Amino acid sequence: MNAASDADTLPKLAVWKFASCDGCQLSLLDCEDDLLTVAGRVHIALFPEATRAVSEGPYQLSLVEGSITTEHDRQRIQEIRAQSEFLVTIGACATAGGIQALKNFADVDEFIRQVYAHPEYISSLADSTAIADHVPVDFELRGCPINKHQLLEVISAYLGRRRPLVSPEAVCLECKRAGTVCVMVAHGTPCLGPITHAGCGALCPRYDRGCFGCYGPKDLPNPASLAGWLGSELGVRSDELRRLLRNFNANADAFRQESLRHDPD
Amino acid sequence: MTPTEDGTRTIQVDTLARVEGEGALYLRIEQGQLADLAFRIFEPPRFFEAFLRGRHMGEAPDITARICGICPVAYQMSAVHAIEQACGVALGPELRALRRLLYCGEWIESHGLHVYMLHAPDFLGYAGAVEMARDHRGLVELGLKLKKAGNDIVTLLGGREIHPINVRLGGFYRIPETARFAELCEQLKWAREAAETTVRTVADFDFPDFEQDYEFVALSHPDEYPMNEGRIVSSRGLDIDVTQWPDWFEEEHVERSNALHCRRRDGGHYMVGPLARYALNHARLGERARAAAAAAGLEPVCRNPFRSIIVRAVEMVEACDEAIRILEDFTPPEQPFVEVPARAGTGHAATEAPRGLLYHRYVIDDEGLIQEAQIVPPTSQNQGQIEDDLRAFVAPRLALDDDTLQWQCEQSIRNYDPCISCATHFLRLDVERT
Repeated sequence: MNAASDADTLPKLAVWKFASCDGCQLSLLDCEDDLLTVAGRVHIALFPEATRAVSEGPYQLSLVEGSITTEHDRQRIQEIRAQSEFLVTIGACATAGGIQALKNFADVDEFIRQVYAHPEYISSLADSTAIADHVPVDFELRGCPINKHQLLEVISAYLGRRRPLVSPEAVCLECKRAGTVCVMVAHGTPCLGPITHAGCGALCPRYDRGCFGCYGPKDLPNPASLAGWLGSELGVRSDELRRLLRNFNANADAFRQESLRHDPD
Repeated sequence: MTPTEDGTRTIQVDTLARVEGEGALYLRIEQGQLADLAFRIFEPPRFFEAFLRGRHMGEAPDITARICGICPVAYQMSAVHAIEQACGVALGPELRALRRLLYCGEWIESHGLHVYMLHAPDFLGYAGAVEMARDHRGLVELGLKLKKAGNDIVTLLGGREIHPINVRLGGFYRIPETARFAELCEQLKWAREAAETTVRTVADFDFPDFEQDYEFVALSHPDEYPMNEGRIVSSRGLDIDVTQWPDWFEEEHVERSNALHCRRRDGGHYMVGPLARYALNHARLGERARAAAAAAGLEPVCRNPFRSIIVRAVEMVEACDEAIRILEDFTPPEQPFVEVPARAGTGHAATEAPRGLLYHRYVIDDEGLIQEAQIVPPTSQNQGQIEDDLRAFVAPRLALDDDTLQWQCEQSIRNYDPCISCATHFLRLDVERT
């Protein structure tokens, strides 16, 4: 098959960017061993980080990175949804608002004044929000950053017309299966593993540190129970708990609600 | 393309591709003369410096890594060095070597990405690396494998290639398994040869005849090609301690951009990045990198920004060579980290991100909470120079047709490997002709 007929018959993949660090879309380029194979199975119709070639929509599979932080982007995501058959968010920014959602807990005008000499030049919404807060999303891939093997699984699942095999279980389960010693039990290190979504391979405990929640809340988490235990058994203070929950998934509902309980009165 | 009745010619490109982030270029050409030019950054602001306030200093390496998915190690390194300086802590040689090894990994990964995926397609006339792979599959496969060697270093030391989790104040959470060092070393010996091949390949590209009298700014270290440490020096005689950065450089906020522009307080724009590092540290390169540069016809100072692709390839040789040396000489540190007790004060650090000098400053209180943070990424520092290059480059080329002019302008921006995510991120090009 020549290139022209490929472009006609393969499903069109588009990669879109909103407020983010580019790391999750870079994960696609980091699939060094598989990138050219993927490129043979889909028509990369729009991926500005990788190519200046652009094909018109509609797109069969849209991967969306980044969170909504400007009025312009709030409108742009509507247009993207309208021309996408399947829309998948990739990463904590698109799925939960990202680290930049820390401004949701602060006065955004004050933030602008702290960083920019001329606040009047800056246009920014008061909050940073997930894509699903604006449009229907077909699948959310978690992580800060996403796991590139899970990204390949999502693309393969799309091509095979099946659900992606991405478990919503806790990091703890990955940790146990890896045979890693529990850092909370053995070293008294605070760890968000019991309430955090799996996907990283329980990386931090393997490196002798506690989970800090890159993948956001797992399915049906109980953060109040974990926070109580961290406070009573490990002596973790309220301000420390608040900071631990307010990272890359600060605006994910379960983490946000729990962190607000630890705000000073 | 076709002039309108009043002589207006307009080119609009909504997305400048193959850069990290969102930016735009605006050109207005009146009666065949360049009337206005602006390189804009549209990346929505993310306010890192604001939300670092009140965070604990130990969180800075994990939070600042999220500024950039392409060069998270650079952010982690500048953060830990600045905070350790504020707290008066220095690391022993073993931990220092491990940090340098991690940085070598990021240089190889980032330069490999830029040389093969982002920059080479311009020279060979392709929209991107995937399109290029249809005719040059071997070349793209080599590039991907080389990039992977860099990522494998970062993964071994850092736990994963993007936003590594193993970097902390005082060193690492855990010393990596040395059992895997021998295998990695073999992989890097292949990568070093692949980087040497890369130098030869890219040196044969056609380069526009274009040189500028840059002020180069980079770190300089007496014993090594600079990564984590050194004094800030320039090609016009500046030689200062890193703590003096704010005395000599300033950031200004211009209306068209969500990134701050930098300039010398007593002068103009300047260039950071591979060309600057190479010109100011040529004598510190190892033998293999220097030999590769010489064989490619690269003089010790190169002022043609299009040839930065050769310099990046030379730096990949150096980074592979250095990583091999560190792995072969490796002695495990007694502890994975040294304690960094909090004390009130201000700390500064600059390290060499793949794109150039990355300056961080933190004010810490006696509980280790961050009171103030300043982060100056390389792309902010280069932004003024990128515009200066474009003005000089475009002026004699206005007769080119719009498509060619546009592509060459994009290429001119990509010379800098701009990381707009860092500097804030959508490169859009508008050319208006009247």
